[in-house]
Amino acid sequence: MELKVGHELAAGPRCTGFAEWNRYAAVNDEFVPIHMDDEEGRRAGYPGAIMMGRLQWSYVHRLLREWLPPQGRIVSVALRFREPTLRGALFDVKARVIAVRTEADEHHADLEVWAEDETGKVLAPGTATVAVPA
Amino acid sequence: MGLVSDEMRAGVGSVIDWEVSFPVAASDIRRWMIAIYYPDPPPRRFWDETTAPGGIVAPEEFNPFAWMVAERRKPVIAPLARDTDWIEKFIGITGPGLRNQINGGTEATYGVPMRPGDVIRSETRLVDYQEKTGRMGPMLISVTEAVWTNQVGERVRVERQTAIRY
Repeated sequence: MELKVGHELAAGPRCTGFAEWNRYAAVNDEFVPIHMDDEEGRRAGYPGAIMMGRLQWSYVHRLLREWLPPQGRIVSVALRFREPTLRGALFDVKARVIAVRTEADEHHADLEVWAEDETGKVLAPGTATVAVPA
Repeated sequence: MGLVSDEMRAGVGSVIDWEVSFPVAASDIRRWMIAIYYPDPPPRRFWDETTAPGGIVAPEEFNPFAWMVAERRKPVIAPLARDTDWIEKFIGITGPGLRNQINGGTEATYGVPMRPGDVIRSETRLVDYQEKTGRMGPMLISVTEAVWTNQVGERVRVERQTAIRY
């Protein structure tokens, strides 16, 4: 696999709601009212229920995992949850390679990663590093 | 703003929590991946042992501490369910009592992968408090760092978590 600066990845636009969030809550013990109930989301200052940050976090890992070969690995990920992802709202998860280098017996790539809404507004900016065998 | 008291400031650097998972089960990994990939099927190597050389491994972001753990530090003051002051209660001090808490951000560096049968230990330290004013009013930013190791002491993950209370 060739790691190339400027290479861009995108999961593709999607929207999620309680079907996805409840499944995630079931495996991560995250039945938190603002993720389950629009009224609780409004009480916390949002237009309705909001997606778990940890699910967006997992979607970033999914994007990287689907791009990497099976022997590749995710070295690190950092993500800031700047804006909530709302129920039924379109969003996309994207990444761009910004640096590549070789360390020991692996090629490493540093990426910008982010989730954005349908207007392109960044909801969750971050960074990641991945590695593949040299 | 005064959200950080002297005793909270003195708590920075303390180990606030430690926990030990039950052995990771292959079905835990399968269910995790079903949830993450829904409505698509997860990659075969995360659920079919016959196609995974060396057996199934957990995805990097897998959480072995969800629901129940085998052992956990006994908090000095028992927090309520979804208690926004859980950090302070674990070390026996008074928190700011803010109503809401959201995830502000996460940073993780991964070591060896988790596999079925692994027992994971996490030790979490309070790293920092910061006060800010946002569109929701005064906010308390708490940063914690958890170090995860497996049953033979190998580093699995180092994770910094930023919680926002308001």
